[in-house]
Amino acid sequence: MSADRNKTIDPVTGVATTGHEWDGIRELNMPLPRWWLWIFYATIIWSIGYWILYPAWPLVTTYTDGLLNWNSRQAIMDDMAALKAQRAAMVDRIQSSTLEEILSDQQMLSFARAQGRAAFADNCAPCHGAGGGGAKGYPNLVDDDWLWGGKLEDIAFTIRHGIRSTDEQTRSGTMPAFGRDKMLERPDILAAADYVRSLSNLAVAKTADLDRGKKVFAENCAACHGETGKGNSELGAPDLTDPIWLFGPARDTIIEGISNGRGSVMPTWRARLDDTTIKSLTVYVHSLGGGQK
Amino acid sequence: MVQISLDRKITAQPKEQVLTQELEPEVDIPLYEGRRKIYPQRVKGTYRTIKWIVLFVTLGIYYGLPFVRWDRGPHAPDQAVLIDLANGRLYFFFIEIWPQEVYYLTGLLVIAALVLFLMNAIAGRVWCGYLCPQTVWTDLFLAVERFFEGDRRDRMLADAGPWTLQRSIRKAGKHFVWIMIAWWTGGAWVLYFADAPTLVRELATGTAPMAAYVWIGILTTTTYLLAGHMREQVCIYMCPWPRIQAALTDEHAFNVTYRYDRGEPRGSIKKNAQLRLEGLPAGDCIDCFQCVNVCPTGVDIRKGSQLDCIQCGLCIDACDTVMRKIGRPERLIAYDNEINIKRRLAGLPAVFKPVRARTALYTAVIAIVGGFMLYTLATRHSVALSVIHDRNPIFVTLADGGIRNGYNLRIINKNLAPREFSLSLEGLPSSVVEIVGLPIGARRVIEIGPDQTQEIRVLVSNYEHAPAASTPIVFQIVDTKTNERAQARDYFRAPQKD
Ligand code: SF4
Ligand code: SF4
Repeated sequence: MSADRNKTIDPVTGVATTGHEWDGIRELNMPLPRWWLWIFYATIIWSIGYWILYPAWPLVTTYTDGLLNWNSRQAIMDDMAALKAQRAAMVDRIQSSTLEEILSDQQMLSFARAQGRAAFADNCAPCHGAGGGGAKGYPNLVDDDWLWGGKLEDIAFTIRHGIRSTDEQTRSGTMPAFGRDKMLERPDILAAADYVRSLSNLAVAKTADLDRGKKVFAENCAACHGETGKGNSELGAPDLTDPIWLFGPARDTIIEGISNGRGSVMPTWRARLDDTTIKSLTVYVHSLGGGQK
Repeated sequence: MVQISLDRKITAQPKEQVLTQELEPEVDIPLYEGRRKIYPQRVKGTYRTIKWIVLFVTLGIYYGLPFVRWDRGPHAPDQAVLIDLANGRLYFFFIEIWPQEVYYLTGLLVIAALVLFLMNAIAGRVWCGYLCPQTVWTDLFLAVERFFEGDRRDRMLADAGPWTLQRSIRKAGKHFVWIMIAWWTGGAWVLYFADAPTLVRELATGTAPMAAYVWIGILTTTTYLLAGHMREQVCIYMCPWPRIQAALTDEHAFNVTYRYDRGEPRGSIKKNAQLRLEGLPAGDCIDCFQCVNVCPTGVDIRKGSQLDCIQCGLCIDACDTVMRKIGRPERLIAYDNEINIKRRLAGLPAVFKPVRARTALYTAVIAIVGGFMLYTLATRHSVALSVIHDRNPIFVTLADGGIRNGYNLRIINKNLAPREFSLSLEGLPSSVVEIVGLPIGARRVIEIGPDQTQEIRVLVSNYEHAPAASTPIVFQIVDTKTNERAQARDYFRAPQKD
């Protein structure tokens, strides 16, 4: 080793150098304390033990299992099982209680709201918003206006079976495309739109022919939305007299709705969520604020 | 062959004498530095006495505190200092800290750090020499070692000699007592996390929780290793504080200092006496190495301040003893600094400047943080209320045209008895307040168990023609019996008026 030739004693400190030199700077030989070195060796031995006991080495299609048969997936499963066991008592109570009972029991209510909040964030928030505030075309679940009813049973049914979904018992009800299917002439559609706006006290142009609109409404719309436009939650027909609009109250939007129809979809959740989760979700949505007695 | 001394702290040769020499290639410089065993000698004096007092007081507190009782009533533990991890409570005499109040802990840590800075600005690494647990336990272990194996000279002789039965018995006795102390150190630690008398009984009968045994095991091992075997190596190699304090210190800090203005040129008593007779300069240091022999980290303080010195002052005591014997004034080594040595050399009086910008600043910040903590502690309520406004949506329009906002309120009852609170809202007169889960129209009374928190969902609906876009409101809960109250501010939001 030629570097050894350069080993010198540093004149300033009186300490030997390692013989390494960079740009005239030489390195003092300050060896590690012995115990430190021992710890270093110990970590090497530890790692070998680790390789033997735990999954470690990648093989071509698999990996070494390790003697302990430990794997992170099993660890998670065990944690989940432990969690389930811990919650079991409460889950059983929810399972065997009616929705009304859950709502009126503080303990069950807190549990259901917590579980429901998590389930909502995972499954419902993408459409209805993180807090249930909804968006254009996606109902707001916090207000007290319900297309299909806001009682506990109504909400549970909607979650279970969905709306215009693949479920056999799904809720269905369609707003026809009066324009596209040539059921109404354009002027009738405009008149109906103005009339509908006037029902909820929205401003309409002076020139609007409300009488004609009223007539068109009575003949075509009242069947579902009711004589007075109050809607029908059996059919999912919205109340047209309140200030809440699923797609917005603009005249063009309403004209668009009458012309081309509406038919948003909500999936059925009974296949994906278990019964207690749906119950909790129901209570949670109900307690967001809009739930009806 | 050139002799390379790894023992450079004591025997490194004076700079001038070491020339740049080529080493012969076969000189084997080891991969590691072997430990130079230190045999600190017994010493008596002012600083040793202070250290004994500190040792008894701090260890007394550590081992005894878990057994101090404090009556908190029927529902709470009666241990004065208790860290109740399972229930997320921290009890410290009359203070009970909840998880959301960890800022007290933060405050304590800030104060602790600043006190350390302040100590450092006044007297360097003085924490290390007197109060650091590593020092205190090492001191205790050294005392045990001395008890069994004798003082420096006996220990050195015994270690250099052969293994005799007597030596084995002495060593065995020492290790046994060390392990007992280490074990009781770990034991005392776990007592802070559970009811001490109960846990002692459980430990004695082998029914304590697994975690207790594991922690006792860990702390027994670390205490035995750190205080018994690693000692000064912890301070020199493992502890980050000497590095940090080196960057924090300044020239006015009082460090254990060899007053070379008085001590040099050093020499034997006879030689120096002779020099004095001849009217030649002679120092007070008689090169007796007492200061080095007593040093627990093996420092020769006469070489100037060093990272390894923990400021314990034992070398001062040792040198004072020597000075008294040879009839010279004490404090050849003392808490002092370079400035004063230079000033004395120049014939100026020493200066002592404890009040400097940095000490004033540290003190001020300590006072502010401490004052703030005391204030919050004094004005703390046994009931608290916090509120979170719904974000999405911020408000909703109701079918009948009203505007409604949703809030999640969290009520904390820090009392150790169940309580009833009534909820009211200020700032929005014409509104309907509803608590989800309570029947509409019911009195808004919420029951909360002892030492618990509860979240409630509150809906506020307003039917004014057009409420302002944002109205400040205040939720208030009132204990129906004691009238104690808590408030939380928020806003009622409504659509922007055009
Ligand atoms: S103990 Fe005092 S006199 Fe003795 S070597 Fe140390 S400084 Fe000098
Ligand atoms: S040099 Fe003196 S003060 Fe520093 S560690 Fe040694 S004995 Fe203690």
